[in-house]
Formats: sequence, structure tokens, C-alpha cells
Amino acid sequence: MNDFLAERVVSAATSSFTEHVAATRPDLLPFHRSLPADASAVAPHATTIVALAFAGGVIMAGDRRATMGNMIASRHIEKVFPADRFSVLGIAGTAGIAIDIARLFQVELEHYEKIEGTLLSLEGKATRLGAMVRGNLPLALQGLAAIPLFAGFDLETAVGRLFSYDVTGGRYEELEHHSVGSGSVFARGALKKLWRPGLAEEDAVRVAVEALYDAADDDSATGGPDPVRQLWPVVYTVTRLGSRRVAERELAAIAGAIIAERSVAGREA
Amino acid sequence: MTQQFYVSPEQLMKDRADFARKGIARGRSVVVLSCRAGIALVAENPSPSLHKIGEIYDKIAFAAVGKYNEFESLRQAGVRYADVRGYSYDREDVTGRGLASVYAQSLGAVFTAEQKPFEVELIVAEVGGDVEGDHLFRLTFDGSIADERRFVVMGGAAERVAEAVMDGWTSEADFPEAIRLAARALREDRTEPITLEVGVLDRDSETTRGTRRAFRRIGPDELAGILDGLAERQG
Repeated sequence: MNDFLAERVVSAATSSFTEHVAATRPDLLPFHRSLPADASAVAPHATTIVALAFAGGVIMAGDRRATMGNMIASRHIEKVFPADRFSVLGIAGTAGIAIDIARLFQVELEHYEKIEGTLLSLEGKATRLGAMVRGNLPLALQGLAAIPLFAGFDLETAVGRLFSYDVTGGRYEELEHHSVGSGSVFARGALKKLWRPGLAEEDAVRVAVEALYDAADDDSATGGPDPVRQLWPVVYTVTRLGSRRVAERELAAIAGAIIAERSVAGREA
Repeated sequence: MTQQFYVSPEQLMKDRADFARKGIARGRSVVVLSCRAGIALVAENPSPSLHKIGEIYDKIAFAAVGKYNEFESLRQAGVRYADVRGYSYDREDVTGRGLASVYAQSLGAVFTAEQKPFEVELIVAEVGGDVEGDHLFRLTFDGSIADERRFVVMGGAAERVAEAVMDGWTSEADFPEAIRLAARALREDRTEPITLEVGVLDRDSETTRGTRRAFRRIGPDELAGILDGLAERQG
């Protein structure tokens, strides 16, 4: 910045933070690194994210476990992040890369808003996130994949929308609900049974927590609610009023109710 | 063949400074003032979309007078500087002082080395925990930098407006009072109605709005409500 000159400002004119950083400080990007083949064994992994639509918005929840091989690397990790006022993202896969991509995406959206003086459209945000996943493809092929799930409130059409991605950055709009990560097969099964059209917000939180419970039940890399440490999933809802993190005590009550119900049922599988 | 006349460095710099001053004096004024609620930035600006006031980072805002394309490029460069810094270190490592010194270097370099100096004057405002903790850095076209207290006025009628602000300034004002004071000062001696652009840096944005980003633009409706208070008091 010290050698800044008038023409540099103009030539560097872009509303994208990622493009600016790629041109000036590529070393800061989470990808663009060269690593030995299969570096995945040394990096903690984040697992299950669920997201679903409800009447008036979308909700996203992630468990709190990170694993490294067969060990638990962290019980406190957060994998769902607010992206801006009207969108959230959750990331499964290599934790270090995932957290960096989430951070980069947050700055990307805020940067656009400040430069242009207006919010990016929800479609635009989803496309930018796809480009970042694609940027990470070389690392993904070396075993360091990070796959996001994106949810936001579309201010144009006034509905909540969900987007999933593949490792090449391909973007797919999901209807009703979706899940990513190693426990996602189990979470999806639960979502299919529990989700109904027009769910109220508090019921949707319960469905999300219960889907994560089912994922944790069968997937060793997903952590369930932890009453001993008082650890609950990280849950965000997004409505026309913006995104909100669901309070710990609300989650404690919901998780407590689910655990109690299942204890009473006393079923094995 | 044309003869190159010798021009002394003193004369050259004086000519450049005069040129820049003339450009700025044509512009309409901007008032930035500290108050109890935070920092209010008020500009006379007929355009609803070409802003003279903008957000740079969490606690930092920008106000400018002069040539739009020049200060807009500086604003964008400031946003890039702040975002890169916040991304590579941490959000709290982005400071108004750091940004102001980058601007000072850029303006100084352009003033001495380029064909034409920037015809702009800038304020980098950073909101702190109280009025004493606020920083108002004023930057001029030649790269000079001043750390001002309480309030700053720049632009065409700066002296006259500053006198009017000085009379009414108090550290206990809330935003409506501060904005009304600035609006009154900008309207002094003016008969025709003027259009204002207003932004604020909220001192307590974390607690009141749940966001680290202290900057908020005051929309036309809200502004009309605030200024109605002014009309009532005068009427």
C-alpha cells in the first residue's frame, strides 16, 4: 500500500476482496498452497452440517466435534458461521481450510457491500462461494477438501434458500433440507422423517438438533449433545429480520427433551 | 524549439497548493463531530448515490470534499487496505491512525510526483469508548495530517461553518442534536434549501445493534424526522 499511486488504484478496481488479495497478496488465501499428496491425515476434520427451510426462513446447525483420524481433536469447534446479515454458511471437511474459507467469504461480502454501497444478491453470494470452493480444488484433490452449505434469506423474493456445493465448485439449489459431512447420510434420513412444510421456527430448531443427534448416534466423527460439558450444536436461523444465533439455554432445553424422550423409549437402534 | 523556463521548487509547490485549494474551495462543506452517542458525519450533497461519507471498517468512517473520482478512489483503496489488514491480522488491528498515515503517504507522493495534485481533503474518523477516545484525522491534498479534537469542518465555506459549530458544540449531545447542529451550521447564510448526506459511527453498536460495524447511514426518512426537530425549535 505504501507504493500506492493513482493509476494503481484504478487498475486494481474490483469489488471482490478475493480478486484483490489474489492479485496483491496471494499468500493470504487459504488455497494457493502446495502440499504433499494426502495431507489429510494430519489435519482435523469437521463433520456434520444440517440446514432446512421453515415458514419465514432457513435454519442451519452444526455439531461441535472435530476429529483427526480416530481421535477427537476438539469438542468445541464451530462450523456454522454468519456470512453477513442475511446469510450463514456451514462447512464440513478439513477444519483449517474450512474456517479460512468462511473467514474469507465473510470479508468478501462485507468488502463488496462497502465498495459498492449495496448488498450482493443472494444468487451473487452463492456464486462467489462456489468460486472459492473451486479455488480450493487442488488442495481437495490432495485430501484437504472443505465443502460448504450455504443458506440465506433472499430479499428480492422474500424466501429462505439453500445451496449445496460439490468439490469442483458446482452449485446446486436445495429445496426443503440438506446435509453435508460424514454424518449427513444419517442426518438426511432423520430430516426426511421429521421435516414438514411450513414448520414454525422453534420446531425447525428441534428438527435440526434431532437430525444432528441421529448423525452423532451412528457416525463416530459427529458429536452429539454433551450434557456433561453443557455443549450444544451451533444453530443459526435466518429470516427477513436477519440472522440470529439460537441461545444456549434454548438449545439446552431442546437437547434435554430429545435425550429424555429417547431414554424413555429405550430403543436399541 | 521551445525553451524550458526555470521554475523554482518553492514556486512549483506553491502553484500546486494554490491549484488544489481552489479545487477544494469550490466544493460544498462537510462537518464531522464527536458527541456522546458517537461521531456524526454530515455533508451537503445533492446526489443521493454519489457519497461523500462512507464506511471503511468496524469503527472507522471516511468523509471527503473535493473531486469525486479522486476521493472515491482513495475511499476504495482505504477499504482494501483495512480489509486486507483485518483479514491477515485481526479486526482490532485495523486503526484509524494506520489508515490515516497510509493516506498521508499517498497524498504526499501524488502531490510531489504526479502531474497534478489530488484536489481533496479527507477526514478519517474513528470512534472510541468516549469523546476523549475519538480520533478525527484530517488530511489535506499535500499529505499533511492533523489529529483534531471535538469536530472538523472542511470544504468551501469551512471557516464560517466551523464558527457556527463551535458555538453550539457540546460533548453531551446525542445524534439528533449533533446532526441538527451540523445542519444549522451548513445552512447558515444560505437561502436555498440544501440536501444533506448523513452517517454516524455508533459508540455502542455492539450492545445496541449487535454488530461490530459502527457505521450507519441515516436514510432520508429518518433524517427528515431528525431535522423536523430543528424546524420546531426554530419555529
